[in-house]
Amino acid sequence: MKTPELLITASPHLAAGDSTPKIMWHVVGSLVPVIAVSSWFFGISALLVVGAALAGALVTERACGQGGTLADGSAAITGILLGLTLPAGLPLWMAFLGGAFAIGVGKIMFGGLGQNIFNPALLGRAFLQAAFPAALTTFPAMGGPWWQFRGDNFALPFLSPHAPDTVTAATALGRMKFEHAGTPLWDLVLGSTPGSLGETSGLVILLCGGYLALRNYLNWRVPAGIFATVAVLAAALHAIDAKYPDATFMLFSGGLMLGAMYMATDLVTTPVTNAGCWIFGASVGLLVVVIRVWGGLNEGVMYAILLMNALVPYLNQWTEPRVFGLKPSRGRA
Amino acid sequence: MGDLAWIFFSAMVVNNFTLALFLGLCPFMGVSGRIETALRMGLANIFVLTLTSLSVWVLNRFVLETAPYLRLIAFIVVIASLVQIVEMVIKKVSPTLFRQLGIFLPLITTNCAILALAIFTTARGYGLVEGLVFAVGAGFGLALALVLMASIRVNMDLADVPGVARGLALVLVIAGSLSLAFMGFAGLLSSSG
Repeated sequence: MKTPELLITASPHLAAGDSTPKIMWHVVGSLVPVIAVSSWFFGISALLVVGAALAGALVTERACGQGGTLADGSAAITGILLGLTLPAGLPLWMAFLGGAFAIGVGKIMFGGLGQNIFNPALLGRAFLQAAFPAALTTFPAMGGPWWQFRGDNFALPFLSPHAPDTVTAATALGRMKFEHAGTPLWDLVLGSTPGSLGETSGLVILLCGGYLALRNYLNWRVPAGIFATVAVLAAALHAIDAKYPDATFMLFSGGLMLGAMYMATDLVTTPVTNAGCWIFGASVGLLVVVIRVWGGLNEGVMYAILLMNALVPYLNQWTEPRVFGLKPSRGRA
Repeated sequence: MGDLAWIFFSAMVVNNFTLALFLGLCPFMGVSGRIETALRMGLANIFVLTLTSLSVWVLNRFVLETAPYLRLIAFIVVIASLVQIVEMVIKKVSPTLFRQLGIFLPLITTNCAILALAIFTTARGYGLVEGLVFAVGAGFGLALALVLMASIRVNMDLADVPGVARGLALVLVIAGSLSLAFMGFAGLLSSSG
């Protein structure tokens, strides 16, 4: 058969070579260094918890999702990200349940990839936080041999975990909030502070997220907006009263780095316009500072992003660009 | 002044009637299908809650002091009839406003959020001004929840939702997710950090 002389296809004719699976697997790849660092700090427990959350997400996607959706990698991202927001000593069945909830309720109930309103991983985390508040806020202390379990990872479902020999420690944000004690900045940047698995090492997350931003797989305006707002507000508060933490502490403590780079830049649950992304980022930053400084909780990144996820339909509508050649219309844009 | 601002903010966001206390769920589920109707429902809510707060203050101050056991019945009867009367007055005086509020005005007189506001106001011993601020805050909170829900539901209209989750089931899932997100405000401002 000879090739046709004139090939007619529908637009667009320029292809960037990117596809959903390609982007998703790139994100998964960029998370590998983060997992490696967390395993360096938290030992074998880090791999176990991330693995359990990942398994929960993948099994649910396979069981309930439309066929073939496992290959696009989005369930893997949700599972890994959820695992990285959990403390190292968490019983594995809780991590598995969180992964199953994140995919089952957070994504499949909403119609699958691309149609969910809330970030599935964060919804899973919020669910776990509401269901098991004590387990989710027990952070193991640093140190110890690599193969030592940090807490009762193998507790049976619905039995209270007991791990008398684990040493727990407060996170940097908890120490700041309840004891007004600071943490050396270098520890925060490198990640050698107690906390959730993937949130401690700001440097590695910045590098991995920066790689994604360079490839244009995440909109750099969102993290830029978050960092700028948090830095400015924290610096202003610190200047007014020194009891509030300074800007570098705010930026590098807690889940801000992971949230800003990976959760708030989720392609599905963030605005599609650049102006919307700026507003989204700035609002997340504002909410983070408000919840951290005045809230009853010491960490607010998760809730800030979830709240702004709910506003995304409006942000998209308000920042809808004018169609070229049309006059701006009055009333409803 | 700071106290009043706190009452307002607390009623609107921290202890949001719908998303934190699960009150007034019927309009939240029922009329959140379109942004337009949700907005009007929110307006009507603010209006009725303010009236409620006013009548509760009058009742508590002048009538119920001698007969506290009549509280529940008095609240229900007085608020419902007051709203009916006001509705008639509005219909006569300002047809535009009447059309804006529409059917929602009589509908929400029997809403649990209204009775809850009356009981909260009494239990916390709010005065006239505090009660009014509390009512307006709660009203804005209900409107906020309604408008958020409506925008999400409009967005979900085109989504390929699985059969088991169609309709009200999905609304409940969204409501639960919103409620989880609002948990972030828990304890906000309660301790001056």
